[in-house]
Amino acid sequence: MSSFVSYLINGISLGSVYAIIALGYTMVYGIAKMLNFAHGDVIMVGGYAALTMMTVSGAHPLVAILVAVLVCTTLGITIERVAYRPLRGAASPLAVLITAIGVSYLLQNLALLIFGANTKSFQSVVTIPAVKLADGAINITGETIVTIVACIVIMLGLTTFIKKTKAGQAMLAVSEDKGAAQLMGINVNGTIALTFAIGSALAAIAGVLLCSAYPSLTPYTGAMPGIKAFVAAVFGGIGSITGAMIGGILLGVIEILGKAYISSQMADAIVFAVLIIVLLVKPTGLLGKQIQEKV
Amino acid sequence: MKKMDKTFKSNCITYGMVIAAYIIVQIMVGTGNISSLMKGLLVPVCVYIVMAVSLNLVVGISGELSLGHAGFMCVGAFSSAFFSKCVQEALPNSGFRFFLAIVLGAAVAAVFGLLIGIPVLRLKGDYLAIVTLAFGEIIKNVINVFYIGKDSTGFHFSMKDQFSMGMEPTGTVILNGPQGITGTPKDASFTVGVILILITLFVVLNLINSRDGRAIKSIRDNRIAAESVGINITKYKLMAFTVSAALAGAAGALYAHNLATLQGKKFDYNMSIMALVFVVLGGIGNIRGSVIAAVVLTLLPELLRGLSDYRMLIYAIVLIVMMLFNWAPKALEWRERYLSRFFRKQEKEGK
Repeated sequence: MSSFVSYLINGISLGSVYAIIALGYTMVYGIAKMLNFAHGDVIMVGGYAALTMMTVSGAHPLVAILVAVLVCTTLGITIERVAYRPLRGAASPLAVLITAIGVSYLLQNLALLIFGANTKSFQSVVTIPAVKLADGAINITGETIVTIVACIVIMLGLTTFIKKTKAGQAMLAVSEDKGAAQLMGINVNGTIALTFAIGSALAAIAGVLLCSAYPSLTPYTGAMPGIKAFVAAVFGGIGSITGAMIGGILLGVIEILGKAYISSQMADAIVFAVLIIVLLVKPTGLLGKQIQEKV
Repeated sequence: MKKMDKTFKSNCITYGMVIAAYIIVQIMVGTGNISSLMKGLLVPVCVYIVMAVSLNLVVGISGELSLGHAGFMCVGAFSSAFFSKCVQEALPNSGFRFFLAIVLGAAVAAVFGLLIGIPVLRLKGDYLAIVTLAFGEIIKNVINVFYIGKDSTGFHFSMKDQFSMGMEPTGTVILNGPQGITGTPKDASFTVGVILILITLFVVLNLINSRDGRAIKSIRDNRIAAESVGINITKYKLMAFTVSAALAGAAGALYAHNLATLQGKKFDYNMSIMALVFVVLGGIGNIRGSVIAAVVLTLLPELLRGLSDYRMLIYAIVLIVMMLFNWAPKALEWRERYLSRFFRKQEKEGK
């Protein structure tokens, strides 16, 4: 029983990281209607930025996180400006998808050139001691606590931001109808850039948390969590913030439990199989809106 | 009638291009004007062309974004390699054996395409994309945990490791989990590859220009309108998906018989995405474009080999720049203004 509880907690922790990444995915998708394949690699850049700050300049972990967030936000805005914005209004939505893949390759290979292919060991940014429950049978690490708390705080913050602020309302408006939003005096390009900035900042935080929990960093670290987070976003209903959160956590729990009880090699297959079943029953995800097509 | 002639002419150009490229390469090989690196790439280029053309059938003609094309390639590769290893002694004629292997790979992939297509094609847009990606990853993962061996009593199977199959000590392991299949007979050659390309082009181009193909395109352009004139949506979508899967399976068979070791991890979503890159860069729905893009993008990293460490970086930049140049509305406008005078003649023909 106690081992089940610790697996569950581990799953929620991993799921919280997926949820933070998925929030970025889902916001960008909701507003720009594009799958940002480079999102996973922004996570990796965040990890390297924090690592460099801590090892080279010996900065305090909090400073390192702040720098990682700044670097990723700048990166996100730059990518949007240079690679995605010119393709807005292109004849096929696939064009920007391929550019995103190009950006993903670019980031991976830049990291490969700068930091090399070797796995870097990441020193955890969390200094909170582990909590032991049930006479030490259940061990909750500091990373787990911080990750889960961060995830909840981010989600609450993001929901409030979208509901209560003008910029958040503008995001909703742009995601509903770009043309109408523009006519209402909303700066569509600025709003989309802001979305990318927020998504990338979240990716940086997710990157630092991911590397703290699983302390190894390579140029390809971000790729698989990126894909999983994308799955999580679809799972919960793409475009929905609560959906991304639920999808992410469910995905993490399924992955860890599958690894523990069924087969460690099959864990990914199980995750994807659950996704397929969910989508076949509910084709727009758990919380997705069903839009009836009109003739 | 005139329109038919035009598509016929265009198709002939596509076939002619492939045959001309084949002859040029054969001459270069004959006179020794080709580096060994390039020689090693000849069969993979054929594989990628078949992949790109078959994916274009789904993405361009049927209008569904599929991110799991590598899964079908994987199925075709493993089933054909398995077959070849099993009958290696019984069928010493490598040409005939390879022919059967390709047919088998295509058939197994077609069955998978049909089985996966039935549930998947109910979904739309990005949801369909993610489910195809999921299926591709599942196929790869499942193949990674299969162990199959053969001894005098027949086949043995396990999902744990090669020792739990309970084989006789003289038995041979055929499929060894993550290590995959080793020692597949190296039957693939550039000639077979080009023949496969021509068959693929023949199948796809004829399908596109047939009544069925027009039905598929009508579903892409307006599903509801197509449905209301009595086109069976499920049937035609499945047709495109299954044919595409079968061709990917054939490409997989070619790929498998060109490698000494065949591992499941090669067929991850990066392979699917690579095929998608060829399709989009070559022009969605443009079959000839897919062929050209596959050739250029496969050879580009090798041509950039002199730049060693920077080559993949440059590849990425080239990809982004080409996409921006080909698709961005501003770039198209700019091209219209400054380059149109050079292409005016072509444009008139196009109209």
